[in-house]
Amino acid sequence: MAKKKVKRVDLIFKGCDCNKVLTDALKMPKEEIIQMLLDSELKGRGGAGFPTGLKWKMAAAEKGNRKYIICNADEGEPGTFKDREILDQIPLKVLGGMALAAYVTGAREGFIYLRHEYRFLIPKLEKTLETFHQWMEDFELDFTVKLFIGGGAYICGEETALIESMEGKRGEPRNKPPYPTHDGYLGKPTVVNNVETLVYSMMVMHIGSGEFKTMGVKGSSGSKLFSISGDTPKAGIHELELGMSLDDFVKEFGDGNTKSVQVGGASGFCVPRNRFKEVHVGYEDGLKGYSIPTGGSMMLFNSSRSMYNVLHNYLVFFEEESCGQCTPCRVGCQQLLKGVEAVKYGEKSHKYLDDLLHLAATMKLTAKCGLGQSVANSFSSIVENFREEMIY
Amino acid sequence: MQKRESAIKAAVQKHGKERKNLLPILQEVKQIKNYLSRSDVAEIGVEMGLALAHVYGVASFYHFIDLEERGQNIIWVCKTISCSMKGSNDIVMTLKERLKIKLGETTSDGKFSLLETNCIGWCHKGPAMLINDEPYTDLTPEKVIQIIDDYYTNN
Repeated sequence: MAKKKVKRVDLIFKGCDCNKVLTDALKMPKEEIIQMLLDSELKGRGGAGFPTGLKWKMAAAEKGNRKYIICNADEGEPGTFKDREILDQIPLKVLGGMALAAYVTGAREGFIYLRHEYRFLIPKLEKTLETFHQWMEDFELDFTVKLFIGGGAYICGEETALIESMEGKRGEPRNKPPYPTHDGYLGKPTVVNNVETLVYSMMVMHIGSGEFKTMGVKGSSGSKLFSISGDTPKAGIHELELGMSLDDFVKEFGDGNTKSVQVGGASGFCVPRNRFKEVHVGYEDGLKGYSIPTGGSMMLFNSSRSMYNVLHNYLVFFEEESCGQCTPCRVGCQQLLKGVEAVKYGEKSHKYLDDLLHLAATMKLTAKCGLGQSVANSFSSIVENFREEMIY
Repeated sequence: MQKRESAIKAAVQKHGKERKNLLPILQEVKQIKNYLSRSDVAEIGVEMGLALAHVYGVASFYHFIDLEERGQNIIWVCKTISCSMKGSNDIVMTLKERLKIKLGETTSDGKFSLLETNCIGWCHKGPAMLINDEPYTDLTPEKVIQIIDDYYTNN
């Protein structure tokens, strides 16, 4: 597999005639749109990486005339800010993606679940909705979209917690299966897509699946928005092809003194300098070596940073954001936080870190949802690679 | 009190009594005084025909539905790592000094409450904070003092 260097792309924010893309797409048979998405190998850009075409296909195959399309704009992963920028700059492309999903699945209602922290976008989005609803009338597509404002809870970015929250409940994740495409909002088939994924579905219609696949590498096709922050002279949002090595990434975005990169936010992995060459950014299949999928959060740390402080910050975050529903996550997050503090302040032996690693591994196996399962990602990758910083 | 009860009735009427409308109703009622009192929570439960435990359970789950009395404006300073690395602690310290309150407190004139929050999505422009819905980015101690002074002058 040929390794890609960092390759900049200008697709997602580039001007394109959304109305025309929709006009053409809505003339196509539904199956053809699904096939185009499947051919493009577009995967969910929120972080989990589920094939978008397959998700739509599953929802389309469900019987019944009430289905929902939900745009997940509950962007809460530390270090991620690309959805805010998309909603601010190109909201019509997002809505266009929702219209495609509605057409394909037969849904007539949609929601943008906007995180509370992005309330300042409401006036702009409402204005865009007016234009969009006019388009829907012109296209004779019976589809309306409403805004639903979150209450401020990281866990609601998890699709079933998001749905619970929309149903007037605490945002506690459900057991899966059943998946939302079968039993989602109000028990009806529901497609929940990340903001960026919806835009890329429009881009696939715009440039075609073949062209889309020329970007990225096998299994991780296309481009993606990266939210880059921390110790970098180039903080901001950058659209890059998938599949690059972390080494190339750091050469492009580092400050010359990069000690580690946190790929995928607090729930992602910390990669130390000596592994930059072997780690790639993309979905698991198709890449040689070790690859990390990501919602796009890339945080760079240089030698002046204490990895203990970084981990401590993440653990405080998880301890607060755990929904508390299942014991491994609720108690586990508290104990990991207390544990690293105890080791740091000499109240526990450094060997206690091994017990904590064991606890993190248990959480990964037993926690109910992605939050509890992914605490171990950052915890283990930081403790294992920077053990001395946890102690001294 | 009378006014408050009618506001709750109006919100429930506007959105509808089904449970799926609970979050928008809580948000709308919260908007009036910037927090929800216990009696508001109970009243919403009665109006919607939902158990008090359920309504309280939901209200207490979400960070931005405050169940404690707050000031007219709420400042939320981001404390997550990227902002922290860019000096969010200095911002909090400056605000504490300027407003003469600790974290979680409200100024004696009821104008501001000072709180911290998790990532608000401005990591490339940290330190960042929200005052009510409005984001402020690339903060410096001088800049936050100016922002607060402007609030006192303009509002």
